[in-house]
Amino acid sequence: MIQREFDFALAIGGAAGQGIATPGNILARIFVRRGLHLNAYNAFQSIIRGGHIFLTIRISDQEALSHGDKLDLLVCLNQDTMDRHLRIMEPGSSVVYNSDVIKPGEAKDGVQLCPMPIVDITSGNRNRLMQNTGALGVSMSLMGLDFHILEDSLTLQFQRKGQAVVDENVGVARAGFEFAKANFSAFPKQPPVGPKPLAAWVGNDALAMGGAAAGVKFYCAYPMSPSTGVLHWMAQNAPALDIMVRQIEDEIGVANVAIGAAHAGCRTMCATSGGGFALMTEAIGASAMMEIPVVFINVQRAGPSTGVPTKTEQGDLWQMLGASQGDFQRFIVAPLDTLDAFNTIPELFNLTDKYQCPGMVLSDLLISEGTFSVDPDQINLQPKIDRSGLITESSSTDGYLRYKNTEDGISPRAIPGLEGYVHVVSTDEHDENGVLISDEFTNPHKRRMMVEKRARKFDGILDQIEAPELVGPEDAEVTLVGWGSTHSVIKEAIDQLEARGVIANQLSIKWIVPLHTEAVTDIFSRAKKTIMVENNHSGQFARYLRSESGLTADGHIRKYDGEPFMPHHIVDGVLELLAGKTDHYVPFQEIMV
Amino acid sequence: MSVGSTPPVAEPTALKPSDYKGKVDPDWCAGCGDFGVLRGLQKACAELGIRPHEILTVSGIGCSSNFPGFFNAYGMHTLHGRSLAVATGAQMANHELHVVATGGDGDGYGIGGNHFAHTARRNVNITYLVMNNQIYGLTTGQISPTSSAGMKTKSTPFGSVEMPVNPITTAIMNGATFVARGYSGDGKQLVGLMKMALQHTGFALIDIFSPCVTFNHDNDYSFFKPRIKRLEDENHDPSDWKTACEKAMLWGDTIYTGLFLQRFAKSLDQAEPVLDEGGPMAHRPLGLSDEQAQKLIAGMM
Repeated sequence: MIQREFDFALAIGGAAGQGIATPGNILARIFVRRGLHLNAYNAFQSIIRGGHIFLTIRISDQEALSHGDKLDLLVCLNQDTMDRHLRIMEPGSSVVYNSDVIKPGEAKDGVQLCPMPIVDITSGNRNRLMQNTGALGVSMSLMGLDFHILEDSLTLQFQRKGQAVVDENVGVARAGFEFAKANFSAFPKQPPVGPKPLAAWVGNDALAMGGAAAGVKFYCAYPMSPSTGVLHWMAQNAPALDIMVRQIEDEIGVANVAIGAAHAGCRTMCATSGGGFALMTEAIGASAMMEIPVVFINVQRAGPSTGVPTKTEQGDLWQMLGASQGDFQRFIVAPLDTLDAFNTIPELFNLTDKYQCPGMVLSDLLISEGTFSVDPDQINLQPKIDRSGLITESSSTDGYLRYKNTEDGISPRAIPGLEGYVHVVSTDEHDENGVLISDEFTNPHKRRMMVEKRARKFDGILDQIEAPELVGPEDAEVTLVGWGSTHSVIKEAIDQLEARGVIANQLSIKWIVPLHTEAVTDIFSRAKKTIMVENNHSGQFARYLRSESGLTADGHIRKYDGEPFMPHHIVDGVLELLAGKTDHYVPFQEIMV
Repeated sequence: MSVGSTPPVAEPTALKPSDYKGKVDPDWCAGCGDFGVLRGLQKACAELGIRPHEILTVSGIGCSSNFPGFFNAYGMHTLHGRSLAVATGAQMANHELHVVATGGDGDGYGIGGNHFAHTARRNVNITYLVMNNQIYGLTTGQISPTSSAGMKTKSTPFGSVEMPVNPITTAIMNGATFVARGYSGDGKQLVGLMKMALQHTGFALIDIFSPCVTFNHDNDYSFFKPRIKRLEDENHDPSDWKTACEKAMLWGDTIYTGLFLQRFAKSLDQAEPVLDEGGPMAHRPLGLSDEQAQKLIAGMM
């Protein structure tokens, strides 16, 4: 159980276009540089201007596993934020707002309202972005931090825009800071200083960096939320890292361009969300049939169809399982957190190069667009790169067979342009030498041979990937089962359950295909009670697990309103399920974002 | 004619068209126009001295898309309509390959129409041979995007009411830098066009009338023979895109073949800064150097 000395959450709310990202980034940087752990979740809508944006930043001296359950500080940049969220503020918390334009509502006793008359305290500054800077000053004062920390950060943030902009921002921030010091009471606990500075890491950046570390030489994509960050990172870093980045006309094109580049010899990656992945589907089968490895990332958002473009869900599992017609070998992996997302990419490339098949990564908005603190020493940018004997040099060898029917099913793969290895690859069924047999109706034996050759590649595949493990006390009252991005919030919920006298342990599944069925079955057999936690409506993983193993969980907690789980959602669900009130709990989302 | 920075070709010494004979013989109907296209490319490559392992043919799906299997070179027989997308990836990943996309009118102008427009505007260094028979042959005879209005097929038993696409003007308008029309009944002109296309730097389309003797009896050899006139016989200036479009739109007693348009612009691989030095992406070392890794971490802090 994690013991937290310090645990603090603040939220900044406003409309799109009000510049919430800037104060959010400034605060995040201040906290991680201080060595604090951070978890930031931005709730927003798919509109360019207006709507409601709500950025939650939680900091702690210990790993910040989720964006938490409570808010200590609320910064309102517009009336809408005040109207929506004042009611969730509990005694001991503070609410900062620009009192020139925002009227507070009815607050609970013990909630400190902090009106900030921005025009007055800045001697008449009417720049509408100054309320953001003023609020930063107030927040720093309330948290008991020294002003120079903010001053340094503002200078860093605005120095590209010139000294005048720096001076204006520092001046307004100082006014807010001094005003708060004189008028409001600070929080009793000041953020401690951690043992070493940490970095703030966005999940999509971690996926992209994983690709760079894995040796991706070709990245292509069509922009689609919430996967676009991978494209942006790759495009920004391509020149320095020697990577070719292409934006293609649609995701059908993306997947096929990727196959072309991969066949030519590049480690190739592309990322999209569910709708784009649907367009890539046919090409994923082509990658399997031609045995050309490509890594496809699906950053899930709430579906179906256009769905809720800026909200999270674990709703694409069955799309990935059934992507493309026919039987074929594929990897599907759902990283458990940001660092895991980074580490998964090089591992998956080594596997797809070896087994010459498509590799799919199931991320989601929560991981991909969330910001998390990371210790830079944990980021291994030079992982093992193993292309498993890919032929990249000419030879005088005769009788090269691209699809040689080998014992392990893995055939020698040569890239085009080499003397001695001329061959044709085909999406039609083909013989060992690449010649089409798709229409040889008289030779079902060849067809069977090729199906079995490809299938044989995955014999013994489970030895190549880590089996999931049960974490926590063996004799726990209940085992919480999750997959992918729910890992961290379940971990936190288990701590909260312990504080309430319920001992739980945890099974997190990362490798979906292939699935360590025996290991999971063994863990289920030892569990007193199993509860499956998923961010979707129909229990996609529950149904998959049943289809693979016959296992069913005793209870289910499912959330599908677009917002991620908060720890107490799971805690409440577990308590109700253990009390026998239901076997299927759907948490209520309290924060309206 | 300028050949820009087209990859160097070997001395045209010992290569013969038969060196490009694939592992199997074509399964096309006797009399199919595609035979002329296959022979044409074999001859063009032999005459230019491009060796089989230096070529990558990429096709989609359709009768003519079986082409890579009949031609001795690296080949990819991909998905319906996707040859240009796959070819783009392969060419950009290894710009030293001679990438030749092959396919039919349905594959290229119908299901693959989106990629056609974008590959043209990007000026990807690909030679694109479209065997245009104005019909869907592999599915036993339905209208294609190039079928004439009024054409009766299994899917239009009472006559098509749609207008056909004009591949030549479409390619020109989308920014293709080499746009030609060939006729598989005129092997000599076709080989000449193919050699020019293979040496052209950028996206080179040859739309080739390749009659389907089984399912299109409207546009057979007897239809084309009296109508076809060669642009080169009339001293057409391939830098004159307006006249090129006017001549490309003629579809009556006179139908032109030959090189409609050629202009010189950077191909995508030439314009891509990452390829300025270091050779093909496919042959570059993988992974990050100590310096690159340190810079990334420093950037995060």
